[in-house]
Amino acid sequence: MSALHIKKGATKHSAYNLRPNFSDVQERHTITVLVENEPGVLARVIGLFSGRGYNIDSLTVAEVDHTGHLSRITVVTTGTPQVIEQIKAQLGRIVPVHEVTDLTVAGPFVERELAIVKVVGQGDKRVEAMRLAEIFRAKVVDTTLHSFIFEITGTPDKIDAFADLMRPLGLTKIARTGVAALLRGE
Amino acid sequence: MTREMTGAKMVIQALKDQGVDTVFGYPGGAVLPIYDEIFLQNDIRHILVRHEQGAVHAAEGYARSTGKPGVVLVTSGPGATNAVTGLTDALLDSIPIIVLTGQVPTFMIGSDAFQEADTVGITRPCTKHNWLVKDTEKLSATIHEAFHVATSGRPGPVLVDIPKDVQFATGTYQPPKPSASHYQPRLKGDMEEITELVAAIETAKRPVFYTGGGVINSGPAASQLLRELVEATGFPITSTLMGLGAYPASGPQWLGMLGMHGLYEANMAMHDCDLLINVGARFDDRITGRIDAFSPKSLKAHIDIDPSSINKVIRVDIPIVGDVGHVLEDILKVWKSRGRKTDREALAKWQGKITEWRSVKCLTYTPSETVIKPQYALERLEALTKGHNRYITTEVGQHQMWAAQFLGFEDPNRWMTSGGLGTMGYGVPASIGVQVAHPEALVINVAGEASWLMNMQEMGTATQYRLPVKQFILNNERLGMVRQWQELLHGERYSQSWSEALPDFVKLAEAFGGKGIRCSDPKDLDDAIMEMLDYDGPVIFDCLVEKHENCFPMIPSGKAHNEMLLGNAETQGVIQSGGAVLV
Repeated sequence: MSALHIKKGATKHSAYNLRPNFSDVQERHTITVLVENEPGVLARVIGLFSGRGYNIDSLTVAEVDHTGHLSRITVVTTGTPQVIEQIKAQLGRIVPVHEVTDLTVAGPFVERELAIVKVVGQGDKRVEAMRLAEIFRAKVVDTTLHSFIFEITGTPDKIDAFADLMRPLGLTKIARTGVAALLRGE
Repeated sequence: MTREMTGAKMVIQALKDQGVDTVFGYPGGAVLPIYDEIFLQNDIRHILVRHEQGAVHAAEGYARSTGKPGVVLVTSGPGATNAVTGLTDALLDSIPIIVLTGQVPTFMIGSDAFQEADTVGITRPCTKHNWLVKDTEKLSATIHEAFHVATSGRPGPVLVDIPKDVQFATGTYQPPKPSASHYQPRLKGDMEEITELVAAIETAKRPVFYTGGGVINSGPAASQLLRELVEATGFPITSTLMGLGAYPASGPQWLGMLGMHGLYEANMAMHDCDLLINVGARFDDRITGRIDAFSPKSLKAHIDIDPSSINKVIRVDIPIVGDVGHVLEDILKVWKSRGRKTDREALAKWQGKITEWRSVKCLTYTPSETVIKPQYALERLEALTKGHNRYITTEVGQHQMWAAQFLGFEDPNRWMTSGGLGTMGYGVPASIGVQVAHPEALVINVAGEASWLMNMQEMGTATQYRLPVKQFILNNERLGMVRQWQELLHGERYSQSWSEALPDFVKLAEAFGGKGIRCSDPKDLDDAIMEMLDYDGPVIFDCLVEKHENCFPMIPSGKAHNEMLLGNAETQGVIQSGGAVLV
């Protein structure tokens, strides 16, 4: 027996069991990242999340300033407060990152997602799908005698609710853009 | 002045304009145009290494011993992948390195061409930033930006990947100008936080400075300011492995290194202090031990240029984001303007406590008259080289910790070791990089035989460039640190941790064109070391030491600072609860 009080053959002891015991409440945060639109910048951001074990719930990216070569990445992530702080600090450290804003902290903010939903059905189900789509202010963007494609915009919750309702009515495919978000006011 | 020139010429011109005098590299198909330009000039010295990993470590040694960035030039594919370990090492230890890699021509990228690798993809997580340059017009500006990124803020390695057609094509050379990029890390700390820290300094009863590599990276002025602050306040100071030399080992406030194999007095002071001032360190797990028992009674301040270091591991009360030099200057200014106050009475008591801990003499080991103890070897090396213009590099393992414990560093930039990544094979090439930068100095690589073998091919480089590096190998025929952990944690089952079939190091030295010395008797050690020092050329010193010596003190896995093991763990028995300490 060694001085460490560990039985011979014990192997589960490690020097690396050093996770701090800060708050373990999981929080959902929407973070926008203004980046230089250069090759590999998205890979840097995604690589940071996978490399350090952070979650990505949703991710959108597109160029927002063509002359300034800037893109905005919107990431929805979940983690403990300490992890969220780390995510922001680590994002800020990436060289082509200009600005990191945690909308959940800076808020209130507007958050929108677009989805297109294919619903296949006939008869009452088809009528009911159309009626519900009107309630959700979804637009029909394609139709055949047996199917619709609806376009719906809203918060992720609203799209979830719409998809849940459409499922028994013949939802066969759904494509979602992920969240885009901006702070309210000036 | 802008000029038309080829991409290859641009590379050399940009390096010259950045003040580069030395490049470590290895040629290959995709960098031939650049090597052609190297052939045609005499301003930049090219050091031909024997393996690309060696090039990066040599550049690290060069960078860490000069404060200037190190430059590496390697080819595509295997040249780039061999550089990956060095890049990761430099990233974890925040060493400014610029690696230039050749790449297959742009029109062949993605075709699985000969010696093609996705270099920017592979090195993205192990560089601070990297670039693939697809247009000769952008090449010079990109290289200048690479120097800016590598050296500003928290330093780190960067990589510029240059396809061969971009090297051949002609473009307009842009001379360096102040960086227009948005990447301008903040240097000045927040005055409100600094004032808060000064107020804490004024009232602290049991303060301690915990300093790290950030002080070295900030430059010699930061070390000067640190010394001034430590002397003026009378606070004790400890340092991480990376920060040794920022405060002199002979200084009155010096506690020695802290952490897993740190000194008793340093770790106890960290545990019992009421004000912990982290200057340019990052609460690495080798330092903190068990997080929830780390320095439980202290107010914690953290000075770091990298905001992501703050609250990453340890929640701090006074975070100060800024360059160590700038922040220390402001702390001194504010503290002086408020009347240079400290609680002298409490400090005297605290010093008394520290003297008590010092009297434990935690580095004591059982001496031997028949076998060279590794600690004894380093004590003698220290005694016989102390007055020299000396630079020390190390490999990784027990010898590294003993070197940190038993060698004294009086100045910054004198100690080159792989801290964060723990790269075995770092020391030989690093010693070469240091010797290139300081041809007249005494450069010693303190090594273990297993680590040393990992990049021993670089002895050829040492011979070629007449670099009189001294390879001081503490040869225990074991992977000593692995063996120690197996002894303590794995029931003394020594799985694969011995060095079988070792070469004859004396013959090996001769084969490389250097001198070999073997010593196994403590009585001969001084003479043998003197023989090494007197020889004008590379030396491999095979110091046969005690095979089963363990490195102490040691904070065992998952334990707190005040739960150190102090030697002879097998016979000492038990760690008692409640922070009782073995002596």
